Amino acid sequence: MVTAAACKKYNPGNNPGKGGINLGSGDIGVLNYAYALEQLEAAFYMKVVASPFKNMTDMEKAYLTDIRDHEIAHREFFKAALSTKAIPSLQVDFSAVDFSDRTSVLGTAKAFEDLGVSAYNGAGKLITNPDYLTLAGKIVSVEARHAAWIRDMITPNSFADSTVVDSNGLDTERDPEEVLSIAGAFLKTKVDASNLPTD
Amino acid sequence: MNLQNILSEIEQTDPEVYDRLDTRRSAMKTFVKTSGKIALASIPFALGSMFQKAYASPTAPTDLILDTLNFALTLEYLESNFYIKAVASGMAPSADAMNALTIIRDHENEHVSFLKSAISAAGGTPVSFTASNFDFTAKGTFPNVFSDWGTMLAVAQTFEDTGVRAYKGQAPNLISNNDYLTAALQIHSVEARHAAHIREMRKAANLLVPSGVEVKPWITLDQSGIATSAVQASYNGEENVTQAGVTITNIGGQQISAAAASEAFDEPLTKDQIVAIVTPFFA
Repeated sequence: MVTAAACKKYNPGNNPGKGGINLGSGDIGVLNYAYALEQLEAAFYMKVVASPFKNMTDMEKAYLTDIRDHEIAHREFFKAALSTKAIPSLQVDFSAVDFSDRTSVLGTAKAFEDLGVSAYNGAGKLITNPDYLTLAGKIVSVEARHAAWIRDMITPNSFADSTVVDSNGLDTERDPEEVLSIAGAFLKTKVDASNLPTD
Repeated sequence: MNLQNILSEIEQTDPEVYDRLDTRRSAMKTFVKTSGKIALASIPFALGSMFQKAYASPTAPTDLILDTLNFALTLEYLESNFYIKAVASGMAPSADAMNALTIIRDHENEHVSFLKSAISAAGGTPVSFTASNFDFTAKGTFPNVFSDWGTMLAVAQTFEDTGVRAYKGQAPNLISNNDYLTAALQIHSVEARHAAHIREMRKAANLLVPSGVEVKPWITLDQSGIATSAVQASYNGEENVTQAGVTITNIGGQQISAAAASEAFDEPLTKDQIVAIVTPFFA
């Protein structure tokens, strides 16, 4: 399981709240937080498409290429929109992923997409500018579409199962600290979220 | 019920909505008119309530939040009633398909319950709809909606993609309240998961028209893959490739096609646009 691998690799000494690249504060900090996650996702899918797992079907290849392009578009959008306030490029660490193995790749993709959805869902309330909130909304539903398809590729009809949707029909939401503690397992660069708003 | 009556429905549950929008001038007029008819002893009370009405913030965040939640609840009733009938129709051609419809129906029912509780807890009165309030043929546009599998999935896709656009458009109305905003976002992404799955089902069952159209879990340009132009309003604008003034096509020297650029961002719709889209589905 990728999440298990993530937990194993997570080093509590690498506290994302202390040291590393500072995301900044206010709305800019939240946008940089999204930019960090999009960098991670884009880098992952670039590698997935560049080194396809064994027996990747034409449809899988086409859709994973679409997803790669969406994540690159998200990454480049944040980079352009943040301009001089953008954090630098992050170094990733995918040593826990076996890119030749469908289960490893799709399991990691599922973890990233569900994590991304929960991150945007949890970050909405941290945003003060309604235009930025709408922009985040434009991206999160696309991440949810990715998540649904990847989940269905792993297990049919798991697109919105009870591991991500609660008994009120609500998707998962996570705060930045929790998200970065999970994502941090795949990042060589430390990310410091300590100046982000908390409500 | 005609959906255009939704506003009057909200007025019924929030009778002071016009008072709050009243100008001070018209409140004075109302007072003058009223004071001619009532006993002198009642005047202090009337004056007090007039001041309350005239000087209360006309855009009190609570009112906007309650209106927004009731609008969301209306859409959830639409979806919930649709899937209740879709499941009951027995049309699903496989156990997997039946399972998917059931999962989605249950979520929509949960959204109805959740929003009802949230509105009540916030001091509002939830709107209420029953099966007889809906016409899923959309006044005859989809006469076989519960007898033809392809039609049923086409309507389902439209509802889900429209729902995603509705929540996206309404989110800024909830920005002043963290709890409601977060809950709305949590429903929004569930609707997107549903949309993706229904789109997969339509593609897998070869139900896309015209031939060559792109229907993937994400929305390509403004393509619906649905025969009737009646659903096009739910897809217009999705072809957008400019975000916050930034052109997404080939952004940053990357090879990003217009199709991918449009897929990468879902677009919101306004309340008026959503009302126009769903009105035919109300009896």
